[in-house]
Amino acid sequence: MTAAPTSVEPRLLLSAPTRGDRIFRGILSGSASLTMVILALIGLYLLSGALPELRADGLSFFTSFRWTELGPFGIGAVLYWTVTIALISLTIALPVSISLALAITQYASARVAAVLTILIDLLAALPSLIFGIWGLIFLQPRLVPVSEWLSQHLGFIPIFNVHGTNFKSSAFIAGVVSSLMIMPIITSIAREVFSRSPQGEVEAAYALGATRWSVIKTVVLPFGRGGIVGGAMLGLGRALGETIVVVLIVSPTFLISPRILESGANSVAALIALRIGEAHGIAVNALMAAGLTLFLVTLLVNMIASAIVSRSRSGAGVEL
Amino acid sequence: MTLADATVTLSTDAAEGHTLSASGVHAWFGSHLVLEDINLVAEANTVTALIGPSGCGKSTFIRILNRTHELVPGAQMAGEVILNDEDIYGPSSRPTVVRRHIGMVFQKPNPFPAMTIAQNVLAGPKLNKIKVTDPDELVEVSLTRAGLWREVKDRLDKPGGSLSGGQQQRLCIARSLAVHPDVLLMDEPCSALDPTSTRRIEETIGELRDLITIVIVTHNMQQAERVADHVAFFLAEENEPGRIVEQGSTAKIFEDADDPRTSDYVHGVFG
Amino acid sequence: MTAVDTTATADDVRSAPPSPPSPRRLGGGRTERWVLLLSALSSFALVWVAYENLTPASGIVGFVLCWVVAFLATVWLAERELHGSTAATDQTMGLLIVLVGAAVVGTLATILGTVIVQGLKAMHLSFFSTTMAKTGPLSKATDGGAFHSIIGTFEQVGIATTISVPLSLATAVFLSEGRGRLVRPVRTVIDAMSGVPSIVAGLFIYAAWVLRFGFSGLAAGFALSILMLPTVTRTSEEVLRLVPSGLKEAGYALGSPRWRTTLFVVLPTARSGLVTAILLGVARAVGDTAALIATAAGFDSLNLNPFHGQQDSLPLFVYKQIRIGLVDSQTQRAWTGALVLLGIVLILFVLARIASSGQTVRLPRRRRSRTTQGAPE
Ligand SMILES: Nc1ncnc2c1ncn2[C@@H]1O[C@H](COP(=O)(O)OP(=O)(O)OP(=O)(O)O)[C@@H](O)[C@H]1O
Ligand SMILES: [Mg+2]
Repeated sequence: MTAAPTSVEPRLLLSAPTRGDRIFRGILSGSASLTMVILALIGLYLLSGALPELRADGLSFFTSFRWTELGPFGIGAVLYWTVTIALISLTIALPVSISLALAITQYASARVAAVLTILIDLLAALPSLIFGIWGLIFLQPRLVPVSEWLSQHLGFIPIFNVHGTNFKSSAFIAGVVSSLMIMPIITSIAREVFSRSPQGEVEAAYALGATRWSVIKTVVLPFGRGGIVGGAMLGLGRALGETIVVVLIVSPTFLISPRILESGANSVAALIALRIGEAHGIAVNALMAAGLTLFLVTLLVNMIASAIVSRSRSGAGVEL
Repeated sequence: MTLADATVTLSTDAAEGHTLSASGVHAWFGSHLVLEDINLVAEANTVTALIGPSGCGKSTFIRILNRTHELVPGAQMAGEVILNDEDIYGPSSRPTVVRRHIGMVFQKPNPFPAMTIAQNVLAGPKLNKIKVTDPDELVEVSLTRAGLWREVKDRLDKPGGSLSGGQQQRLCIARSLAVHPDVLLMDEPCSALDPTSTRRIEETIGELRDLITIVIVTHNMQQAERVADHVAFFLAEENEPGRIVEQGSTAKIFEDADDPRTSDYVHGVFG
Repeated sequence: MTAVDTTATADDVRSAPPSPPSPRRLGGGRTERWVLLLSALSSFALVWVAYENLTPASGIVGFVLCWVVAFLATVWLAERELHGSTAATDQTMGLLIVLVGAAVVGTLATILGTVIVQGLKAMHLSFFSTTMAKTGPLSKATDGGAFHSIIGTFEQVGIATTISVPLSLATAVFLSEGRGRLVRPVRTVIDAMSGVPSIVAGLFIYAAWVLRFGFSGLAAGFALSILMLPTVTRTSEEVLRLVPSGLKEAGYALGSPRWRTTLFVVLPTARSGLVTAILLGVARAVGDTAALIATAAGFDSLNLNPFHGQQDSLPLFVYKQIRIGLVDSQTQRAWTGALVLLGIVLILFVLARIASSGQTVRLPRRRRSRTTQGAPE
C-alpha cells in the first residue's frame, strides 16, 4: 500500500533536548569524531614526513633495492619480503584456522569447544614478543631440519632451493612463527560464519545419508566462503604489519630472491624498527615513507576484508 | 543389503516392502527423559500417522527412526528400531547408511539454494558418491514420483530456491526419493504450505504408498484421516515423558477410540 | 490439561513408573579402535625405517609431520577397504581436524611451558627491585633487574589507559545508540584503526611528538592509546548494544534525561562487560613492543618521570636483552622478563574472563555454536 494522498502528512515529532543532553551528545559525537581525526592525522603526519624523501627518490623509492646511510633509498626488496613472509604465514595459518573453526563448530562437544575458544583467545592475547623469543630460541633450531629436508628433496622447486648452508633467519621461519599470531583472528571469523550455517540444509544433507565431512563440504564451507576469504585478508593485514617476530628472526637483506628457506629476508615494519633509533636527516623521511606505505597497504587490505565479509551471505552482521 | 554395507547400490525394485518397527524406545535430551517406552510398527507399504499435542515428542521419535536424533548434542536414546530384521542402532550399522535407507522430509522445505532443481534431486547420490548410470532418468523418475515433474520439466537448471513453497517441499520429497529409501519419514511436511499445495502433497503420499513405507507427523486431523492407514496418538502429561496413548487403524482411532483422551484430541476437544 | 487426566488413567500413570533403561551407546560410523591402533603402529614403523634411514638426523618436527601423514594415509586405505571411500574420507578428515586442534593446543602449551621453564632459571627477587644501570655483558644472569622497566610499563600503560578509556567509552556509547550520520564512518574508522600495525602508531607519534619534544614515556603512552582505542571501543560497543532497551526506556519514563540514563543506568548495567573490554585493551598495550621503539626508546636505569627523557618498559627490556643476546646471561634475562610479561598478560586475561562471566548481559561472541540446534521446528 502506498501512502495516503497529500491531505495527511505525518507530524514531525520534535522534542527539545535538555541542555545536559545537548552537551552529552556533543561529548559523544566529539569523541567519535576524534577517532576519525586521529586516523587522518596518522596519514597526514606520515605523508608530510615522507614527502621530502618521495621528492628525492620518486618512484624508484618503491622499485629499487638499496638502503644506505644518507640515501638513495629503495624499499622494493623490503616490500617483496614483507609480502612473502605474510603469504607464507597465511598459507600455514589459513588451513589450520579453518580446521580449528570446524573442530569448534562441527566436531567438539560444547565443553571442548568452549575450552578451545578460550585457548585461542589466549593465543591472540599473547604479545608478539613472546612469540618472537620462543620462535627464535625454541622453534628455529627445530625447524631448520625441516628446511634442510625440504631443500634436499624439493630443492628443484625454486622457492625451496637454497644456496649455501644457512637455513636460519629465513622468511620461512618468520612466516611459521607469525602464522601462529594471525591464526586466532582468522579462526574467530571462520568460527562465527560456520556457526551460522543454515540448519535446514545441514539436516537435509545428513538425512540424505551424508557423512559429516560431506556436509561440511557441501553446506558449511560454501556458506562460509565469504567469511573465510575476509578472515584471510584480515590475517594477511596483521601479518604484513608484524614487527617484532621479523626483527628477531630474520637477518635483513635488501636483495630479492625466491629462496624462502635461505637466511635473509626483511619487512617494512622491521626496517623501521631497526633503523628509527639512529636515523637522522633524510633517513628519517625515508622511514616515514616506508611507514606510510605500510599504513596504506594495511588500511587497504583491511577495508577489502571488511567489505568481503559484510557482503557475503554468511557474514552479514559479523563483527570483524 | 545390510545397514553396514559399504558398497552402495540403488535398488529399483519396489516390489518388496519394508517394515520398520520400533520397540521400547526412550529418548533423552541431556538427562531429561522426553519419550518413554514407545512401541510402534510401520507396516510395509502403509502410511502411519503420528499425532499429538505440541511438545509430546513426535519429532524426537521420528528423528530416532533414522538416527538424526543423535545429531543434537546431548541427545540419547534406548530401545530398538528394526528395519529388514536389523537393528539400525546395532553395533555394526552405520548412521549414514541408515539415513540413506530411511529418508526424511522436514517441516520447512530445505532445498540446497546453490544447486539447480536437477542437482538438488541428484544431491543424495552425489553426497554418497553413488554412481548414477542415467542421471536424467533418475531426475525424471524421482520428480514424477514426487508429483513435480510436469511443473518443472522445462526449468530443471533453475535454482531450487526459485520454486514456490509447495513445489520446494515436493522437490525435497523427490530429493529423498532419489536415493531409493525403504522408508520415508515426514515431519509436518505441509504445515508451512497453503491448502492447494497440501492437497498436492497428500496425493503424492497416496501415490508413494505402493512404493515405500511412510511415517508422517501431522497436526491436521483431517490430513491424518485422509492419508493414514494407521494412527498413533502421542501424549506427554505435565512433567512426564511422552508416551503412545493409543494406536490402531485410522478408522478405529477416529471413530471408536478406546481412550477418552484420544477421542477428545482427534475431535478437537483439546490440544 | 483437562479433567480426563485425573479420572481414568491417573493411577496407571503414577503407580508403576517403569524405570527407564539406561541410554544406549550409539556407536557406528567411527573408525574402529583397532584400525586406528594398527595404522598408528604401522605408519610409525614405516616412517621410522624410511625417514630415519634415508635422511638421518632430520629432527623431531619433520619426523612427526611424516608420521601424521603416513598415519592418515593408512587409516584412509584401511577405512576404504572396510567401508568405502566416502566413509574413509570422512574419518580421515575428522582425524586430521582433531590432530590439528591438538597440535595448536600443544603449541600453545609449548610456548607457555618454554617461557615458564626458561624464565624461572634466572628468576630472583632482585629482578623486581634493581635496574640495569650497573650491569654489563660480563655480569651474571641474576645480576640486574627490570625494576625500571616495570615502572616504565606501568606509567606508559597508565597514560594510555587514561587517554583511551574515556575516549573509547564515549565512542562506544555513541556507536551503540546507533543514530546519526557519523555512525557508519566512525565504525569503519575504528575497524581500520584496529588493523594499524603498532610500528606505524609508534612512527606517527615519533613524527608528531618525538621529533619536537624528544623520547618520553608520555610519547609511548600516546602510541599505546592508539592501539587500545579500537580494542576497547569495539568490545564495549558490543556489550552496550546488549543492554536491554527496556532499561533505557524505564529511565526515560522516569523523566530522567538521556545523559543521566546513560551514565547511571546503561553503563552500570554493562559494567563487567566494560571492565572486560578495558582489560583486553590493557593486555594488548602491556605487551606491545613495536610502538615503543620509536617513542620511549628504552633506558638502562630508572627514569620515574614519564614526561621527559627516554624510559624503559618490560617489552623493551626483553627486546634489548634478546637483541644483543651476545652472552647467555642476556638471553636468560630476556626469558625472565618474558615470564614476568607473560604473567601480567595471563593475569589480565583471567581477570577479563572472570569479569565477562560475571556480566549480566552476555557477549554474543561467547555464544556456543552447535552442529544442530535442536529439532528443526
Ligand atoms: N534440542 C533439544 N534440546 C532439549 N530439549 C528438546 C530439544 N528438542 C526438543 N526438546 C524437548 O523434547 C520434547 C519433545 O519435543 P518434540 O520436538 O519432539 O515435540 P513435538 O511433538 O515434535 O512437538 P511439535 O508438535 O511442536 O513439533 C519437548 O519437551 C521439547 O522441549
Ligand atoms: Mg515437531
